[in-house]
This record gives sequence, structure tokens and C-alpha cells, in this order.
Amino acid sequence: MEEKNEFVKKVASQKYEFGFTTDVQTEIIEKGLNEDVVRLISAKKNEPEWMLEFRLRAFRHWLTLEQPEWGHLDMPEIDYQAISYYADPTKKKDNSGPKTTDEIDPELMKTFDKLGIPLEERLALAGTAVDAVMDSVSVKTTFKETLLEKGIIFCSISEAIREHPDLVKQYLGSVVPYRDNYFAALNSAVFSDGSFVYIPKGVRCPMELSTYFRINARETGQFERTLIVCDDDAYVSYLEGCTAPMRDENQLHAAIVEIVVNENAEVKYSTVQNWYPGDENGKGGVLNLVTKRGHLRGANSKLSWTQVETGSAITWKYPSCVLQGDNSQAEFYSVAVTNNYQQADTGTKMIHIGKNTKSTIISKGISAGKSQNSYRGLVKVGTNADGARNYSSCDSLLLGSECGAHTFPYMDIHNNTAIVEHEATTSKISEDQLFYCNQRGISTEDAVGLIVNGYAKEVLNKLPMEFAVEAQKLLSVSLEGTVG
Amino acid sequence: MEKLNSEKQYIDLFQECSGLIAEHSSEVMNALRAEAFEKFSKNGFPTQKVERYKYTDVPEAFKPDYGLNIKRLNIPVNPADVFKCDVPNMSTLLYFVVNDEFYTKAMPKAGLPDGVIVGSLREASKQHPELVAKYYGKLADTNDSVTALNTMLAQDGLFVYVPKNVVLDKTLQIVNILRADVDFMANRRVLIVLEESAQARILFCDHAADDRNFLTTQVVEVFAGENSSLDIYELEETHEKNKRFSNLYVDQKSYSNVLHDSITLYNGSTRNMADFNLNGQGAEVHSYGCAIADSSQHIDNNTLISHNVPNCQSDQLYKYVLDDKAVGAFAGRILVRKDAQKTVSQETNSNLCVSKEARMFTQPMLEIYADDVKCSHGSTVGQLDEMALFYMRQRGISEAEARRLLQNAFCSQAIEQIRLEPLRDRLHMLVDKRFRGELNKCGGCKGCK
Repeated sequence: MEEKNEFVKKVASQKYEFGFTTDVQTEIIEKGLNEDVVRLISAKKNEPEWMLEFRLRAFRHWLTLEQPEWGHLDMPEIDYQAISYYADPTKKKDNSGPKTTDEIDPELMKTFDKLGIPLEERLALAGTAVDAVMDSVSVKTTFKETLLEKGIIFCSISEAIREHPDLVKQYLGSVVPYRDNYFAALNSAVFSDGSFVYIPKGVRCPMELSTYFRINARETGQFERTLIVCDDDAYVSYLEGCTAPMRDENQLHAAIVEIVVNENAEVKYSTVQNWYPGDENGKGGVLNLVTKRGHLRGANSKLSWTQVETGSAITWKYPSCVLQGDNSQAEFYSVAVTNNYQQADTGTKMIHIGKNTKSTIISKGISAGKSQNSYRGLVKVGTNADGARNYSSCDSLLLGSECGAHTFPYMDIHNNTAIVEHEATTSKISEDQLFYCNQRGISTEDAVGLIVNGYAKEVLNKLPMEFAVEAQKLLSVSLEGTVG
Repeated sequence: MEKLNSEKQYIDLFQECSGLIAEHSSEVMNALRAEAFEKFSKNGFPTQKVERYKYTDVPEAFKPDYGLNIKRLNIPVNPADVFKCDVPNMSTLLYFVVNDEFYTKAMPKAGLPDGVIVGSLREASKQHPELVAKYYGKLADTNDSVTALNTMLAQDGLFVYVPKNVVLDKTLQIVNILRADVDFMANRRVLIVLEESAQARILFCDHAADDRNFLTTQVVEVFAGENSSLDIYELEETHEKNKRFSNLYVDQKSYSNVLHDSITLYNGSTRNMADFNLNGQGAEVHSYGCAIADSSQHIDNNTLISHNVPNCQSDQLYKYVLDDKAVGAFAGRILVRKDAQKTVSQETNSNLCVSKEARMFTQPMLEIYADDVKCSHGSTVGQLDEMALFYMRQRGISEAEARRLLQNAFCSQAIEQIRLEPLRDRLHMLVDKRFRGELNKCGGCKGCK
């Protein structure tokens, strides 16, 4: 019996490859949330007075709110007082932060090595600039100097607050104000780190920018904040990856991503989300409650969200686009995979305000095991959005008889020149396709992998190449053991 | 506090008049009032934060002070004079319901097959208390406050009973007439029971005879027995001062086939809710709707098709044409429960916004807990095809006429589903008239000639 258990354990732990913790000395502040904690976080980060005030305003507003419950989710109760809101694995002696790779804890470097993040010179070959955030603190940003030559600012948000206060002041909270929702208010009050990107006018960012997030310490929440500003005629492609160790209890992740796209600019934002999804009995896992929004301010601007969601016990997020500039274009490509007891309620919001704006939504849901996977999306066309065009397509694939797939599209059309289309299908994997593969000697498990990858291809193709490979691998890993 | 007042007047009314209400109704109907009242006082009217009432402001609609005919005073009317909306080439059995009271003075002369009951719900529940009690209030969910309010206040309505193996050849045509000299509220209750292998077709026509503010709540409970077949057509042609809240609940047994077509041609503010429960294998439901609105009309259709057992089929098609400042809303939820394998379900909602101020909210939802299913939905909001318009204008058809033609064609898809040819023809004509703005001159009726 014991032997069998051990085997099961082994198999189970195989499924989540990134379930290791790193034994680094971490400075964690006491659990609980009150004004003093907010002040403490701000003080620890040497923030200016205006930032503290921003946090306190958000915190006071948060106190007046109640946690929303409208999601198609069975959420465990979150005790906001039982979480530590700040964990710093760099245990720095002064507040200046690590300067070279030598200063970073070697254990920490190993962590990122395990995750396959080429923090070192390998980066030069990969051509990616990385900002790595562990627990609450940005550990290292690579290629900063190279980028700076072009005028591009890519650094942690806390550094940006110190070094580029005018830019941060101008844009922080302008896309997702702290009054936006419950988790946005919480994040605005206690966010600890994240990335800041500024692409100046006319600059095409020469490499992919990337951030890796990892929750390491126990009983901490991660509240990162990403702010991307792409000025006129500029272009940037930004990648985000997430992992967390395996823990019994739920870990909270409530982030905000704000993107500002000015005239003729283009931003591509890709996410491969692989937070720990909990074990096969639904124990533990990350609660991924994120507010992501892009504001297409200028004419002819373009924003594209691509997400591959395979992790998290609960995913509740709607990367959205506000299409204000005339002729602006927005895209949303998503693959969401849920297995075991995972739950996802995700989708997008496309708010058309400017004239001749265009949006495309392609969402592919895959549910297996006992999971629940919902697409929820809003397409809103305002009174002045003449000539707005939207196309949405949401497909759901069901693997197994105990999972659920749901589609909740909302369309609010306030303009007669708009053309809005939505279509959705739900079905199980085609028996014919499986049979065809089997006939040719492909095992059912491999066949499912093939079919699922083919099904998700439309979205995976939108990912930058290195990510696409990783995403494909993730898809197969997440669905391991769902058939046969 | 404003919202509280909305409910308070009905709570006060019931507390003051519950004796009177009961006195002029029947025991079967009285039996459920207390519980409904309790739920209503507890829940109050749903605000727009309640998902199913997102698009209609219920407290606002119920706020004005409406008169009720609790003592069942005789309101002088000769419905046959006011309305004679027969459908050419179709002989129907014509009945009238005035406000919420079944009108007994103008019954069709032709007899009904043995055992079939069509008549006042109040009288039926006195004559056949066991039969009515077996079904009354069994489907209507009083957690819905509009249903609770109706259960609390309804004193009469319509009862249709078709026994086993009986096929009603003639269509039952029920003309609902709103008639009052003051602003008026009617709470109508309808109970339709089809036993095993029974067949019936029912056409409801809603009219308002007086230029008053009317508020109607209607709760319809439908029981479709095994292998039965039932068509329900609802046609609303009222006026802009009319507010309608209709909640339809359908229970379907094995191999039953139900068709529901809800057509809103002219109205003020309408909220139709329809819940279909497929409780027997092989059951089929067809849910169609067509809504045409202009000026500041409001049409909100909210449906739920619940596949509770395997091997059932459903299809749904709703079409809207919105002009001026009209507001349209469609929320259709298809729920496939865990064991409902081999479900086939298709949902479509298409909408035309003709003017700049018209607003459309659409929400086609799939909620699926079984894996061996084929479900799909589609929804579109757009305008008329410019190419088609151009084609017609090239051939000398005026732009207005071309638009009308295209709009007619757009609506016809929902009308073509009607299983009665004469009614189909009639509706094509009515829709065409509607687009010409000549609906009030229906031409086919005695009253209009």
C-alpha cells in the first residue's frame, strides 16, 4: 500500500514541474493588514510622500468595499489578515538593491535557472530582457543599459517610483484606478513590486521584454503592479511568466497590469500563467485574481493580449481593452486549461469608444477532470463609436464527464453602425479524430495532446516563439492523465 | 428609501385586503398566498444588480399607484365588439380574458372534445379542486419576486386541460384585453396541462383597449405530459403605456414537444421570462421570439433552457429590430446538467439596430456540466446589408421600401417557425404593417373597417 502511495505521490509531483521552494533567507513582515502595514511597505521601499498617500487612499477605499461574488467560482474564504503583504528574498542590507549578479543570493539564481529563465549572458542569445520578481521584490533586471541607450526604461516599478516619479505619477492608476474594483483597491494599497516599461516616441523596442513572477515564501501574497507606457509610434512586445511552489494552503495573487498605448503605437502582451494549480484533490493552489487593462489612447494604436492559462486553483481575470483612439485595434487570444479541481472564470472586455475601432476575441477553453472553465466577456460599443467592429469566437472542449464549460458573453451595443458577432461552441473531443490517430498507431494520450494542441494552435501561433514552445509543453503536462 | 416604497404599497395592500382577495378567489389559489407573501416581503423587488433582472428596472415599474379590481367588480366591456382579431383562413376557438378575469359571456359555440377544459382558473379550481391543486404553483418559483407578487394577488385567469390522447384540432385563441378607466394593474394566472399524448395549440393575443397606464403580471405554468405536443404563440400588440411582466414555466416529460413563439409587435415595456425544464428523455423544445420596437419601447426577453436528463434537444432563435430610442435585451441561458449526455442545443440571437440611439444588450449563455454534448450559440448585432440595399435601389425600389423589405426578411426567420400556415401569413402581414407604422389599422378586424 505504502509503495503504491509513494508511486502516486511521485506521479502527482511530476505534473507540476515548478513545485520547488527555494531556501533563501527571506524577510517577511508580520501578517495582517492595516494602515501601519501600508506605511511600512511604503517606508521599506523608500517611497516618496505622494506614493504613500496614493496607497492610503486606496486602502481606505478598500475598507469600504466587499469582496465580489458574481464569478462562476467556488472561492475559499480569504482571510486578509492571515497573509503577509511583503516578503523580500534579497535580504539586502541597505535599500539600494542588488547591483550585479554576484550580489544576488546564489540560491535565488538557481531558482531562476530551474525555471529556465536565462538571467545571465545566455540572454544575449535569447534576445530577451528579463525582470524577475520573486515574492514581493524585483530581483534583477537584465539588459537595462542596452535598452537605456534607446531611451527605453525597463526597470522595477519601485525603482521607477524613485527615478522617474513624473512618469509614474502621470500614468499610475490612470488605466486601472484604485476605485475600479475590490482587488484593484487592495493591490493599489499594498503592491510591492512589478515592472515598469516606458518606450519613448518612435522607438521600436529591439528585444522582447519579459517578467517572471514567482511566489516563494509561505503565507505571503503577491501583489505586483506592471505599468507599460508605449508612446507615439513606438512598439514593444512584453512577456510574462508565473510559477509558484507547491503549498497546501491557497496563496493569493492579486496583480494589476496597466498599459497605455499612444498614437500609432503597438503593444503585444503575452502571458504564460503557470501558478501552482493545487493537487489532484483540489488542495492548495494559487488564487489568481488579476486586473489587467490596456488603454488605447491614440489613433491607430494597437494592443494584443495573448494568454495561456494552465495554472492557478482559481483564475479570475479579464484582460481588457479600452479602444478610445480612432481606428484603434485590439485583440484577445486566450487558451485556458483547467484540470482536477481548477476553476477559471476568464475572458475579456472590449470597450469601443473611438470611431472605426476593431476588436477580435478568440478564446479556447479546455476543461478536464472535475474542473469548471468559464468564458465571460463584454463587448460594449458606445454611442460615438461609429463603425465599430467586433468578432468573438469562444470554443470549449470537454474532456471527461465531470467537468464543466460555460460561456457568458455580454454585448451592449449603443450604436447602429456597429457590427458585432459572437459565436461559441461546446463539444467533446471528436471520436473520429481520436480513432484516426489510434488507427495510425498513436496512443490515445498522445492523440489528445495532438488534437488539443491543434485546437489551441490559433492562439499559440500568436505567442513569441520561445513562449510558444513552452506553452505547448505546458498544455500537454496540464492534461496528462485525463484520458485512458 | 424610494425602492422600499415600491414594495411597501403591495405589502400594505396584501395585509389590508388579504381577506377580500381570498373571498373573490378560490381555495386552491388562496392556499399559496401566505407563503408567497412571506417570500415577497423578505426579498422585495429585484434590483438591476440581480443578474436575471439586469436589464429591467422592476422597482421603478411597480412604483406608481395602480388600481386593482380586488372585489371583482364588473367592468363593462363587450370584447367581441372591441376586438375581433380573427386570423383569416383559420378557424379558432376564441376566448377572452378581460384584465385578469375570464370572460364567460362570449364563449365559442363549437364544443370542445370530451374532457377538455378551457375556462376560468378560479371556477375550475372550485369545480375540480384536486386537478388544479395537483399542478397549481408547482412550477412557479416564488423566489422570483414578480412570481411571488402574482401568486399573492392573482384571483383568476385561464385554465386549459387536455386529457390523455385528446387532440385539439382547432387552435385556442385567447385574447387578453386590458380595459380600465383608471391606471390599472392586472395579475393574471394561466395554467396549462396536457396529459400523455395530448395535442394543443394556443394563441395568446394581448391588447389594451384604453389609453391608460397598465401593468400586467402574468405567470404561466405549463405541464407537457409524455409524448404530448403543444404550441404556444404569444403576440403582444398593446401601447406605449403598457408594462408587461410575464413569467412562463414549462415542465416537459419524455418525448414531449413544445414550441414557444413570443412576438412583441407593439408595447411599452415588456419583460418576458421563460423557463423550460426538460425532465424526460427525448423531450424537445423550440423557443422563438421576434421583437420590434421603436420610440422609447423596452423589450427584455430572458430565457432558461434546462437540460436535466439525457437525449433532449432544444433550439432557440430570437430576432430584434430596434429603432429610435428603443432598448432591447436578450439573455438566454442554456444549462446542461451533469448527466444530460447527448444533448443537442443551438441558440441564435440576431439584432438589427436601425437608429443611432437604439440600444441592444445580448447575453447568450452556455453552462455545461456534461461532456457528450453538441451545443453552440451565436449572436450578432448589426445593420442591413448595404449591398442588398444598393441592389434593390438599382432596380428602382425606394430606399425606405428596400429597408422595409430587408427588415421583413430579417424577422421572417422567427415567424417561419410557426407551425400554422394561416397564422404565419397573418404575422407576415402584421410585421409588414408594423414597419410601415400602420399597425393600429389592422384592416382585418371589424373594429378597423
